[in-house]
Amino acid sequence: MAGTNGTQITFLEAIKQAMFEEMERDPAVVLLGEDVGVYGGAFKTSEGLLERFGWERVIDTPISESAIIGAACGMSYMGLRPIAELQFIDFIVCAFNQITNFVAKGHYLWNAPAPMVMRGPSGGGVHGGPFHSANPEMYFVHTPGLKVIYPSTPYDAKGLLKAAVRDNNPVLFFEHKFLYRRIKGEVPSGDYTVPIGKAIVRREGKHLTIVSYAAMMHTSLEAAEALAKEGIEAEVIDLRTLLPLDEETILQSVKKTNKCLVVHEDTKTGGIAGEIAAILCEKAFGDLDGPLMRVTALDTPVPYSPPLEEYFLPNARKVFDAAKELARY
Amino acid sequence: MKKELTRQESLDLYYYMRLNRAVEDMMVKLFRQNKIVGGLYSSLGQEAVSVGTAYALEKKDWLAPMIRNIGALLVKGVPPRDVFMQHMAKFDSPTKGKDGTSHFGDLENLHIVSPISMLGDLIPVMTGVAMAGRYLGQKIVTMTWIGDGGSSTGVFHEGLNFAATQKAPFVLILENNLWAYSTPVKRQVPLENLADRAKAYGISSYIVDGNDAVAVFTTAREAVARARAGEGPILIEAKTFRRLGHAQHDPAEYVPKEMRAYWEARDPILLYEKFLMGEKLLDAKSKKDVEERIDTLLAAEREFAENSPMPPPEFAATGVYCTGDECHKIRPKWERPVAEVTPPKSSVKAVWTVAGFGSGKSSGRANAPIHFGDTTNTIETLGSNGKGAAKNAAKVPAKKTEKAAGSGATRKARR
Repeated sequence: MAGTNGTQITFLEAIKQAMFEEMERDPAVVLLGEDVGVYGGAFKTSEGLLERFGWERVIDTPISESAIIGAACGMSYMGLRPIAELQFIDFIVCAFNQITNFVAKGHYLWNAPAPMVMRGPSGGGVHGGPFHSANPEMYFVHTPGLKVIYPSTPYDAKGLLKAAVRDNNPVLFFEHKFLYRRIKGEVPSGDYTVPIGKAIVRREGKHLTIVSYAAMMHTSLEAAEALAKEGIEAEVIDLRTLLPLDEETILQSVKKTNKCLVVHEDTKTGGIAGEIAAILCEKAFGDLDGPLMRVTALDTPVPYSPPLEEYFLPNARKVFDAAKELARY
Repeated sequence: MKKELTRQESLDLYYYMRLNRAVEDMMVKLFRQNKIVGGLYSSLGQEAVSVGTAYALEKKDWLAPMIRNIGALLVKGVPPRDVFMQHMAKFDSPTKGKDGTSHFGDLENLHIVSPISMLGDLIPVMTGVAMAGRYLGQKIVTMTWIGDGGSSTGVFHEGLNFAATQKAPFVLILENNLWAYSTPVKRQVPLENLADRAKAYGISSYIVDGNDAVAVFTTAREAVARARAGEGPILIEAKTFRRLGHAQHDPAEYVPKEMRAYWEARDPILLYEKFLMGEKLLDAKSKKDVEERIDTLLAAEREFAENSPMPPPEFAATGVYCTGDECHKIRPKWERPVAEVTPPKSSVKAVWTVAGFGSGKSSGRANAPIHFGDTTNTIETLGSNGKGAAKNAAKVPAKKTEKAAGSGATRKARR
């Protein structure tokens, strides 16, 4: 775990360090994507990588998401461990067929592992508008064969990205861009990974469980602090990985609190909250003392204008209100 | 047809074309006996394309077949039983019943990437295989096929454009069989020659008579050699004809009778037999020997396939994920010094730096480097001799040569 001699770094720096260190460690790791080389990435997550690792390992591509994913897949068949960057994760759906039909099904169908990472900045709250704010994680959580990671802290971002590079499966890695420069955290000085598929309890509590991830994890913690002032102790779980989902951590917590609120920035219908509700009904029905509640974005595209986007997104107030309502059961 | 082949090459091409046809003939029988679970697609009349192109590859090279490239799989070393069992959904098939037809591959030994049904996807994938092969120093060439229909997909364009910008050692066979299911090529593409698509990517292309086995092979051999030498991807349009329907269920009544008659008279195997006999490479006896050899082989292969069990139902729930080293030990096969792709040798020096660029909140550095096109490797600027370790794939301008090989006799038949 984290050494005490670590330093405080931004979420963005954590991504950069993970890629740098993995490329340093293993010459099979290469990076390809739009503007990742010369420019160092639209958010500067790959700054300096071209200078250090050269043209063969840091590959600027045409604006061709299907070609980026397809080529990364071909490279992975040759034993490389490519990291494919999507400049904004919204554009990942341009490669939807490559990912869901080609990359994801290979191991099941013909025993072909594809050790590759597909990563990019996601999420709203930065007034990016409908095509630069998406949370498309559930399209892929619905696809067997993929792993889907969505971290909330620099420590997890770095450790999980390293784990993703070393994993033998195709991994989608979502980086919430609201966190890039706003969140700082300590990382150890040495090499470490965070296991894929394990949630973590960020705050202990006994009255209800709030399950969240990515930027909404911070929103949930903020709400939990406010709830504590009113005597409601919320347990906050950070999923970190959405596929495979760590059911055990959720069930353990709900067994204790008997109430569950899921908070996500993704839209409501088909969001992971619905899946968690089903799991609780199947496996913890007797433990529940209240309905599963959800605080999510609206079922609309992400609107551009700040008042619209604020209305669209969940926030600490909405989480606080929902949690209070749930606590009354 | 010129004599440009060794005796062995000439006879191998004949054997594999005959084997290709015999395997598919046998599958038609199996289909009619309800022993084939799903659809059955035919390459009748297109055998010279699959066999002639794949035969131009070396053992270490990689290919990815499409649905009508059973011949290419046989050339690459796939035993006919695997093809039978794939279609019969048997447990001993390469995919153990999880997929059918030519949808299987072999990363370890035969270097085959499995296709999927969505057309064009293999083009960027085989581009990636080619780039990785070059990166690892393996000097391989990759090959895949696409139909006239598949050449209209977006990923065809994305993949070929990316391959061209990367000068990937990749050969794409555009198998123009004149029909995409029921739609004639003229209604899909406003081009007389689909090879013209190569111009858009600044790459070389060939047009070849797809029913002329010698022309197909010699053209593919030249293209493979050029791709291996670093000229970048090459497109070969093979003009041919799909003699049967899209699949077994389709009687293809939309095909004009005269068109079918023209191409049936140009059967690639009959044409090639005539050629071989003229060259005294084949006579009635050696032809019979080949037939007997294939009959004996296929009888045994079929028996093996028929005796293979169906998969146990619960097998459906397994194998979605690689579980780690005990499942797959993933290790790239380096054939060049790893030091060439690791710092300091891999490092490149910036052409210039711009004051303040990259000094924003996200950046740890004051002046980030700007790189344009032809930056050299740091190691070179430090005075090391020899060629750059990381050969800049993008900086050599593509040499464009367009040439036609083969007779190109198909034009008059196209309508």
